[in-house]
Amino acid sequence: MSDTAQNAGQSTGGNAEIDEQTRRDFLIWSTAAVGAAGTALAVWPFIDQMNPAADTLALASTEVDISKIMVGQSVTVIWRGKPVFVRHRSADEISEAEVVDLALLPDPQADGARVTKPEWLIMVGVCTHLGCIPLGQKQGEEKGEFGGWFCPCHGSHYDTSGRIRKGPAPSNLTVPTHRFVDDTTVLIG
Amino acid sequence: MSGGTSKFQSNNGLVNWVEHRLPIFSFMDAQLNQYPTPKNLNYFWNFGSLAGIILVIMIVSGIALAMSYTPHTEFAFSSVERIMRDVNSGWLIRYLHVNGASMFFIVVYIHMFRGLYYGSYKAPREILWMIGIFILLAMMATAFMGYVLPWGQMSFWGATVITNLFSALPIIGEPIVKLLWGGFVVENATLNRFFALHYLLPFVIVGLIFMHLWALHMHHSNNPTGVEIKDEKQDTIPFHPYYTIKDLYGLGLLLTFFAFFIFFAPNYFGHPDNYIMADPLVTPAHIVPEWYFLPFYAILRAFTTDFFMYIPFAWLMSAKLAGVIAMFASILVLLALPWLDRSHIRSSNYRPAFRIFYWVFVIDCLVLGWVGGQAAEGILVTIGQWATFWYFFHLIIVVPVVGVLERPKALPNSIAASINGAPQAAE
Repeated sequence: MSDTAQNAGQSTGGNAEIDEQTRRDFLIWSTAAVGAAGTALAVWPFIDQMNPAADTLALASTEVDISKIMVGQSVTVIWRGKPVFVRHRSADEISEAEVVDLALLPDPQADGARVTKPEWLIMVGVCTHLGCIPLGQKQGEEKGEFGGWFCPCHGSHYDTSGRIRKGPAPSNLTVPTHRFVDDTTVLIG
Repeated sequence: MSGGTSKFQSNNGLVNWVEHRLPIFSFMDAQLNQYPTPKNLNYFWNFGSLAGIILVIMIVSGIALAMSYTPHTEFAFSSVERIMRDVNSGWLIRYLHVNGASMFFIVVYIHMFRGLYYGSYKAPREILWMIGIFILLAMMATAFMGYVLPWGQMSFWGATVITNLFSALPIIGEPIVKLLWGGFVVENATLNRFFALHYLLPFVIVGLIFMHLWALHMHHSNNPTGVEIKDEKQDTIPFHPYYTIKDLYGLGLLLTFFAFFIFFAPNYFGHPDNYIMADPLVTPAHIVPEWYFLPFYAILRAFTTDFFMYIPFAWLMSAKLAGVIAMFASILVLLALPWLDRSHIRSSNYRPAFRIFYWVFVIDCLVLGWVGGQAAEGILVTIGQWATFWYFFHLIIVVPVVGVLERPKALPNSIAASINGAPQAAE
C-alpha cells in the first residue's frame, strides 16, 4: 500500500504531490484507526467472557450469623471461594493490637482502621505472600510470635489485628468490605 | 509451493537473520503479497477466503464456548443456558458460533458451485478439488457433532437418527453403532466423544485447507474464462493489494449479512425443539436436520421399496441400506467429477449446452433441499425421488455425454485478450 502511495506521489509533481500524499496518508491512517478500533471491539467479548460470569458474581456476598461465636473464638466462612476469618476478639487482644507503635509495622495500619466493631475482626484468610491459609483459627494451632496467625508455608507472623509483623508477606491480611446488618449478622462483600 | 519466485529483499538485520534460517518472509511474500492472480476474477472468487475467515471465527468462538461448556448429559443443556444468560457476552459468542455454521455452509456451497460452473476441478486441479470434498466431509462431521452438544431434543434425536444410519450395514452395522455410542443408546459417553471430536476436527480442517492452498498455488487460481495464465505480466496482478482489498470488501458484505442473523434473527436457522432438554423417552413430532444437510437427507429418504432407482438393487440390499449408500455416494461421486467431465473447456461461459444443464442441476439441488425439509408424504416423495434421480443422472450421465457431444464457443487467446474484448488483440 505504501509503495503505491509513493509511486503515485512521485509520478505527479510540485504541490500536487504534497496534496496527494497528505490525502492518501489521511485515508490510510483513518482507515487503519477505524480498523483497529473495530478489531478491539470485536476482540473484547472473547476476553471478557473469561471474567466471572453473572451467576458467579451473584454469589459475591455472604451473610454470617455471629451470635454463636464466643469471645476468643474464631470461625472460618467461605466468601467468593476463599476462607474468611471471623474472630471474636478478647479485650486483651484488642488492647494488644491498639497499642502497637505503627512505626514498627512493615505495612502500617491502625487497628481501628481494620475493624468496624473492635471485638469483631473480619479478614480474608489468605496469606499475602503466596496464597496459603495461615494457622491460628483453631484452638491449639500455632499462632506465631505475635499471638495472631502464622503461615506455615514460608513463616509469616500476623498479630491480633491480622497485620504482618515478621516474615516474607508484604502486607496485612486483607479486610473485605463488610457491614453489620444487625447485632448478630454480618454481611461480607 | 511454486507460483512465482519471490523478489523479497529486506534491509532489516533481524529479518535477514531469520530468513537465512527459515525462509518464512520470502514464502509469505511470494504466496500472499506478490502471488500472481488472474486479473479477471469476479466476486465468486471471494468465497474461498471468506470460508477461511469463517473457519477462524468458528475456531475462536468455539474455544471461547468450550471454556464454559460442560460435556455431560446432566449439565450440558444448563451449561449452554448459562452461557446465554450469565457468561459475559456469552449470548453473542454462542450466536456467532451457531449462525457461523450456517454462514460457513452458505459460503462453501457457493464456493463449490463456482468451481462447478467454471470447471475449476479440471486438470491440473483435480487434487485441489478432491481436497475440497474432504474438507466438506470434515465440515459435515464437525457440524453434526456440534449440533449434538447443546443436548436439546434435536441434538439427541438427530444423533440417534444419524448414528443409526450405520445400522443399515449388514452384520457389522450393529457393532459399529454400539462402538459409536459407547453404549446401547446415545448417552453420556457419546456426548463426551462428540465433544472431543468436535474440538479436534476443525484443526484437521485447517491442515486440509493448507493442502488445498498448496495445491491451488501450484497452478494458480482458475478464472472466469477458464484459460490458463500464459503471460504473468499480461494476465495477472499481485495478490496484494488488489485481491486483499477486494477480499476485505467482500468480507465486509458477508459480515453485514452474518450480523443481521446474529442480532435480529439468531434462531432463524435453528429449531425451537432444541431449546427443550434431551429426553430419551420422547421423540419430537417432526425431526429435520440442519438446513445444510437437507439435500442429502432428501436423497436418503428417497429410497423406499418402490423407488425405481432401488428396484434394480432390491435383490441385493434393503431400501434402508440403499438410501444410506446413495447419501454418501452423492458426495463421494464428486471425487470422480474431474474424470467424469470429458470436456477440456473449463468455463461454462463457453459451453452453451452444459451451461443449461448446470443451472438445472443447481435448481435440482435446491429442490432436494426443499423436499428434505418437508414431511415425507404425498407428491413430495415423488418429487424427492425424481430430484434424487436427476442428481446422479446429471453427474454420471449428463456431464460425460455433454462433454463429448457439445460444440463449445471459441475461447479467448488469453486472459488479457478476453478483457480487451477482441479475441486476437493481445495488447
